[in-house]
Amino acid sequence: MRAFPIVLFLGLAGCASAPPGEIADPFEPMNRQVHGFNKSLDAAVLRPVSQALAGVGQPAEGPGAMEMVGNFGSNLALPGKVVNSLLQGRPEPASHNMFRFLVNSTLGIGGLFDLATEDFNLPEVDTGFAETLHVWGFPAGAYLELPVLGPSTQRDLVGTVVDVLLLDSMGNVVHRDVARAGLAARLLSKAGDRGQFGSTVDSVLHESADSYAQMRLLYIQRRQYEMKEQGEVIDPYSE
Amino acid sequence: MTRIPNSTRRDFLGRGVLAVAVLAALPAGAQTGNQAVALVRATVDEVLATVNSGRPPAQMYPAFQSIFNRRADIDAMARAALGPTARQLGAQDFAAFRQAMSGYVARKYGKRFQEFLGGRIEVGAARQLKSFWSVDSTAYLRGQTPTRVEWHVSDRSGQVRFFNLIIEGVSMLASEREEIAAMLARRRGDVRALIADLQRAG
Repeated sequence: MRAFPIVLFLGLAGCASAPPGEIADPFEPMNRQVHGFNKSLDAAVLRPVSQALAGVGQPAEGPGAMEMVGNFGSNLALPGKVVNSLLQGRPEPASHNMFRFLVNSTLGIGGLFDLATEDFNLPEVDTGFAETLHVWGFPAGAYLELPVLGPSTQRDLVGTVVDVLLLDSMGNVVHRDVARAGLAARLLSKAGDRGQFGSTVDSVLHESADSYAQMRLLYIQRRQYEMKEQGEVIDPYSE
Repeated sequence: MTRIPNSTRRDFLGRGVLAVAVLAALPAGAQTGNQAVALVRATVDEVLATVNSGRPPAQMYPAFQSIFNRRADIDAMARAALGPTARQLGAQDFAAFRQAMSGYVARKYGKRFQEFLGGRIEVGAARQLKSFWSVDSTAYLRGQTPTRVEWHVSDRSGQVRFFNLIIEGVSMLASEREEIAAMLARRRGDVRALIADLQRAG
C-alpha cells in the first residue's frame, strides 16, 4: 500500500495534454517496441490459446465454462466498482452494482451465474478508478502501450493499479484466496475475450497497415465513449 | 416626432430576420431528420436482406458495394479519408481513388456483416450534430451484447446520404483516415500506388 502514492505521482506528474481529438504520444518509440512484442506474443500464444479455449466446456444451452469464469471474476470486481461510483458522487450506479453483487453472490452461486442481468435486467455498470480520476478533473495524459496488458494511458494505468489494490483489499471482505482466484479468473476471461472478439482483433492487429496507430485510435475512442467524453467529430461538409 | 433609436431598430430588424429564418428552417430541418431516419432504415433492411439471402460471401460483396454506392456519400468519405492529399489530386486520380475505396470498404466491412446473420437492428431517432444528422441504432446480434451504432447523415451532396458510422464510439471514417494515411506513407506518398493497393486490400 506504501507504493500507492508514488505510483499515483509518477503516473500523473508528467500528464501530457493534447488538443481535443488528438492523442498525446510522447513515448511513441518505446510504445512501438512494446507493441511489436505484444503482437508477436498474440500470434504465438494468445491467438492459439484463446481459439482452443473458445469451444471448451460449451454446453448446448446456458453459460459455458469460460463464461462462468468471466462471471466469477467480474462479480468479485463489483465491490471495487461500487466504491468508485461513490467516489465519483454517483449513488445510483453504486446501488445498482451492489444489488448485482448481492444477487449473483447468493442466487448466482458465488457469482458463477449472472442472474442479475438475465432475470433482473440489471447489466453491469462498468467503472473504475480511472473514471474516478476523470470525474475529479485529471486529464488522460500520454498514451501508453503496456507489455502483455496492451493499450493504456497514464490515467488508466494509475486507475488499474488502484483498482487491483482495492480488489486486493477485498481480502478483508471475502477470503484472501477467493480474492486471488477472482483476479486470476479475470485474467483468464481476458484470454476468452480474445477468442470471442477474435476476428476484430485479427483484423486490427494482423491486417492493418499500421496496427500500432489503429490500436491507439481504437483504444482512445473507446475510452472517451465509455467515459462520455466528447471526442473528435468529423464533419466533411464544414469547409 | 418619436424616433426609434438606430440600435433598437437594428436589433428589432435583426430579430425579425432571425425569427423568419428559424421558422423557415424548422420544417425543413425536421423533414431532413425524418429523411435521415428513413435512409438508415432502408440501408439496414437492404444489408440484412443481403446477409440473410444465403449467398456465398464472395457474391455478397458486389451487392454491398451497390448498397454503399446508393446510400453513402462516397465523395465526402473519400475526401475525409484522404485528408489534405485529396485537394492536390486531379479529377481523374480522385475518381480512381474514390472507386477503389468504395470496393475496399465493401469488402472489408462486408466480411464482418456475416455476424449480422439472424440478427436485427433497431433504428432510433435523429438528432442534429454540427452540420448534419446523427441517427441512433442498436444491433442485436446472436450471442453478443447489444451494439450501439450511430449513423452520420447529410443532404449536402444534394441527396440524403450517410458518410460515417460510429460503432460503440469508434468512428469508421477516423479509422480509415488513419489506415489510408499509413498505406500512403508506406508508398512514400504515391497516390497511384495507394490506389493499386486499395484495389487488392479489404
